[in-house]
Amino acid sequence: MPRRIGTPLRPRDFGLADVGILVASLFSSFLLVWVVFYQLTLLSGGFGFLVCWYGSFLTLYWTVTSQIIDRRVATDRVFSTLVITGASLVVGIVAFIVGWVTWKGATHVRANFFTKDMSHFSPADPHVLNKIGVAHAIVGTVEQVGIAAAIAIPVAVVTAVFLNEVGGRGTRLVRTVVTAMSGLPSIVAGVFIYSILVETSLSHYAGFLASLALFILILPSVTRTTEEVLRIVPGGLREASLALGASEFRTVWSVVLPTARSGMITASLLGIAIAVGETAPLFFTAFGNNNMNPNPLHGAQQALPLVLLDFVRTPQGALVNLAYATAFILLSLVLILFVLARVLGRPRTKKAVWRARLRSLTQRSKTSEIDLPKNVLMMSATSIQKESP
Amino acid sequence: MTSDDSLSLTRGAAGLVATDVCAWFGGRLVLENVSLGMPRSTVTALIGPSGCGKSTFLRILNRMHELVPGAQLAGSVELDGTDIYAGRLRATDTRRHIGMVFQKPNPFPAMSIYDNVLAGLKFSRIPVADRDALVEMSLSKAGLWNEAKNRLRELGGALSGGQQQRLCIARALAVGPRVLLMDEPCSALDPTSTARIEQTIAEIADDVTVVIVTHNMQQAQRVSDTCAFFLAAENEPGRIIEAGPTDVIFSNPNDARTMDYVHGRFG
Repeated sequence: MPRRIGTPLRPRDFGLADVGILVASLFSSFLLVWVVFYQLTLLSGGFGFLVCWYGSFLTLYWTVTSQIIDRRVATDRVFSTLVITGASLVVGIVAFIVGWVTWKGATHVRANFFTKDMSHFSPADPHVLNKIGVAHAIVGTVEQVGIAAAIAIPVAVVTAVFLNEVGGRGTRLVRTVVTAMSGLPSIVAGVFIYSILVETSLSHYAGFLASLALFILILPSVTRTTEEVLRIVPGGLREASLALGASEFRTVWSVVLPTARSGMITASLLGIAIAVGETAPLFFTAFGNNNMNPNPLHGAQQALPLVLLDFVRTPQGALVNLAYATAFILLSLVLILFVLARVLGRPRTKKAVWRARLRSLTQRSKTSEIDLPKNVLMMSATSIQKESP
Repeated sequence: MTSDDSLSLTRGAAGLVATDVCAWFGGRLVLENVSLGMPRSTVTALIGPSGCGKSTFLRILNRMHELVPGAQLAGSVELDGTDIYAGRLRATDTRRHIGMVFQKPNPFPAMSIYDNVLAGLKFSRIPVADRDALVEMSLSKAGLWNEAKNRLRELGGALSGGQQQRLCIARALAVGPRVLLMDEPCSALDPTSTARIEQTIAEIADDVTVVIVTHNMQQAQRVSDTCAFFLAAENEPGRIIEAGPTDVIFSNPNDARTMDYVHGRFG
């Protein structure tokens, strides 16, 4: 007798009938709101219509589902719809911004934008877009943000280690200060650096001052994120390390930080991404400059957000196009950083394998130095065979 | 600046003697006047219901207790006659002599199996003449070599739970401890893995003195030579009710409470 297998059921499937209810609710609520909104009450405006449509759709969807299926299912589905709407809204907004800037900016990007500065700008020239560029701003932003990150990330990691690994007195005070710092308006950071360094004639405008202001701004974010990342490292790993006879420093250095590595890279790059986009603190520090100034320690320097603001505010059509191109470049920079974060943050099994291969090659060649050339070749061949079963 | 030879695997087992050990968390006394000898190259099981201070006692034996904020202790613990609390030994050195395996397997997730085994030596900056041989020896002793020899470069987390626990044992053995403390090492494992670890314990007992906390009476009976029964009455600190050879504790104990506990009548 052949074995009988029951028909597989998928109780959670969203079937044809369910799609029917969804589409019908969407359609009827659209008609209903259209009649009420535009025909009966003579209201106007697309946004209000969308909001009313969405509200009546949810109501209708819940009512119909509870009538046809079940009240609990109805509540469940309405809630799912809300959650999905929220998520799509976020994705949609980001996609819209990126798409818009790309559409407006990418078409205007030319090679000379990356190589020239604004020193040859003359508004009357019809070919002006071939003679100018934002190279000075790219150099400025990379230097300012690079220096800010180079100071902020180590300080943030050390602070996070203090908060999470060392603890003791002062933890609460430090955490409160860091939290309060994250609420600091960015313009205040710029004014602060200006008032203690520029106004007192200790320094002139310089890219380095912008780095200091950006450092103040990204420090709290990187610190808090790093602290959160360190907190999710299981306590058992610290105990295991200490029980092996490791000192507390070795435990943090060799166990806690490597375990939290990918999260810490994300934290750092988020901080850098914040710094790349900051505009307000640059006014009183880097100040802006139409010419290339690669020295961050001396003289006013340009930055991408500053130059973008300058361009957008001019009545020159050509410059507005350049502004969109600059916005696109700025966005690409942030995107590159995020991709970098993902790549660097990956678990490093593959890297470990390659390092191990290299090590085994060098070690073997060391042990048999006498007949090196022939042996190295043989050894490398066998080790490759061994590593790939 | 530790010399290499003092920490090789051949150093051999050492006895532990705890005398009048008391422990506090905050101001609360949780362990009162516990004295216990754990002779060289034997397996000692600490049994008793939850909350009676077995784990606390175990953590006092390699100075892990003092890591808990607010923890205090009294009494002495002697490793072959040297008091580990007397000040001559640093806590980190003590823990290298007296290793520990925890309830939950905790291999370092960012390290390969190979690096996990060598982690303790790396942390203490102890030079190793032949890393490969030490890794093989430690993994063999922990009964993991055959399963792991072709995956030494994989991350420790890629192993199964039972294998991870044996990796942790190998990691603890690699630094050449003279005593190995095990805090319910099998409570997160299935019976097959448990049997494998019990076999490991029997095999390493010549080289390291083992002290094991377990809630499993059969396990205590199977693996241990001596047994100590801990008990804490309500609102009172934990004490040792009875300690002695395992067969006596399980067949003919002096105290009625021991008899009741080992035969599952309470706890």
